[in-house]
Amino acid sequence: MLRSAVERLGTRTLGSIGELGRIARFGGRIVSRSLRRPFRFHRIVREAYDYGVLSLAIVCASGLAVGLVFGLQLYYVLVRFGAEETLGAVVGLSMIRELGPVLTGLLVTGRAGSAMAAEIGMMVATEQIDGMRTMAVDPVKFVVAPKAIALTLSMPLLSALFIVASIFGSYLVGVRLLGLEAGIFLASLESAVVFDTDIVGSGLKALLFGALVALIATFRGYTTGRSTAEVSRSTTSTVVTGSVCILLADYIFTSLWGF
Amino acid sequence: MPSETTRDLTVGLFVLAGLAALAYLSIQLGGLTYKGPRGLQLHASFDEIGGLAPRAPVVISGVPVGEVVEITLDEDLRARVEIDVDAALELAVDTSASIRTSGLLGDQFVALEPGGEDELLGPGDTLSFTESALNIEKLVGTLVHDTGLGGGE
Repeated sequence: MLRSAVERLGTRTLGSIGELGRIARFGGRIVSRSLRRPFRFHRIVREAYDYGVLSLAIVCASGLAVGLVFGLQLYYVLVRFGAEETLGAVVGLSMIRELGPVLTGLLVTGRAGSAMAAEIGMMVATEQIDGMRTMAVDPVKFVVAPKAIALTLSMPLLSALFIVASIFGSYLVGVRLLGLEAGIFLASLESAVVFDTDIVGSGLKALLFGALVALIATFRGYTTGRSTAEVSRSTTSTVVTGSVCILLADYIFTSLWGF
Repeated sequence: MPSETTRDLTVGLFVLAGLAALAYLSIQLGGLTYKGPRGLQLHASFDEIGGLAPRAPVVISGVPVGEVVEITLDEDLRARVEIDVDAALELAVDTSASIRTSGLLGDQFVALEPGGEDELLGPGDTLSFTESALNIEKLVGTLVHDTGLGGGE
C-alpha cells in the first residue's frame, strides 16, 4: 500500500522531468529550424496578425480598466498618509515592473495561446501534420516556428501598450476625477521610473513570458493525440500550464533581476 | 480574414503602435536620452544627502532647471553629487546648493541659491557652498537632549 504510493510518486516525478526535457528539446528544435533557410517572414507577419493584432483590443481595454481601478483604490489609501502626489509613481512602477508584463502574459495565454494550441492540435488530429511530413515539408519549420516567433515578438509590444493604457487610466482617475494636479502626477511618475532597471526589465519579462507561452502552446498542440477530446485537453492544459509558468517565472525573474 | 495588404498594414500599424509605446516609456518616463549631457555639469559635495537619488530635480526658487546625474563618494568620504542644469543659466561662482525635502516626507531635491559675484560657473565646476540634507531623527534627538525632554535630569 505505502510502497505502491511511493512508487506512483516516483513514476509521476520521472514523468514530469521527462516532460520538461521534451519541452526543452522541442524549444531547441523550433530555434534551430527557424534559423535554417529559407526564411519565410511573410508567415510570421500573418501569425503576428492572428496573435498580436487581434489581441490588441483586449489588452488595451484591460490595461485601461486596471489603470482606472488602480488609480481609484490607491488614491484612497495614499490620501490617508497625505501621499496622494505619489499616485503616478506607485501606479507607474507597479504597472511597468509587474502588472504590465504579467497581466498581458495571462491575457495573451488565454486569447492567443489557447487558439495556437487548438489550431496545431487540430492539424495533428486531422492528420494534416502527417500529410506535410509525407510531402517532406517540415511542420516545425513551416507551422510551429512562425507562430512561436510571432507570439514571442508581439508580447513586449502588447505589454508596452498595456502599460501606457493603464497609466492613461490612472491619469484619468487621478487628475480628471479626483483633482490631482496633472504636473505632479506626471512628475512623480517620471522621476520614479528608471530606464536601465524598470523599462529594460519590463521588456525582457514580456519577451520571456511570450517565449514561455509560445513554447507551451506549440508543444501542447504538437503533442496532441488523434481525437477531438485530446484537442480540448491540450487547449485547457496550455492555459493552465502557461498561466502558472508565467507567475512562477515572474517571481524568479524579479528576484534575479533585483528591481 | 482581411485581404493580404490590409492584414500587412494592420500588422505594421500594430508594430508601430507598440514601438511608440515602448519609446514613450523609455524616453519620457525612463529618461533615456541619446544626446548625452544636455547642459552645464556641476559638482557639489555634501556631508549628508539623506534620501537624494539620481534623477532628483534641481530647482532655483522652486523652478526646475535640471536634475541629479550621479552620486558618488569623494576622496574625503563625502557625498559628491553631480548635477546637470540648463546651459543657458548664468550662475555666479558663489552659488550655493542645499538639499531640501518637499513636504515632511516627500522626495528630496537640490535647491540652488544664485550668488552675487560677477564671475560665472563653467562646465565641470564645483559648488563650494553647500548645505546638507536635514536629518529629522538627528534634529529630534538634539531637541530631546537640549531640552531635557528625555527625562532623567
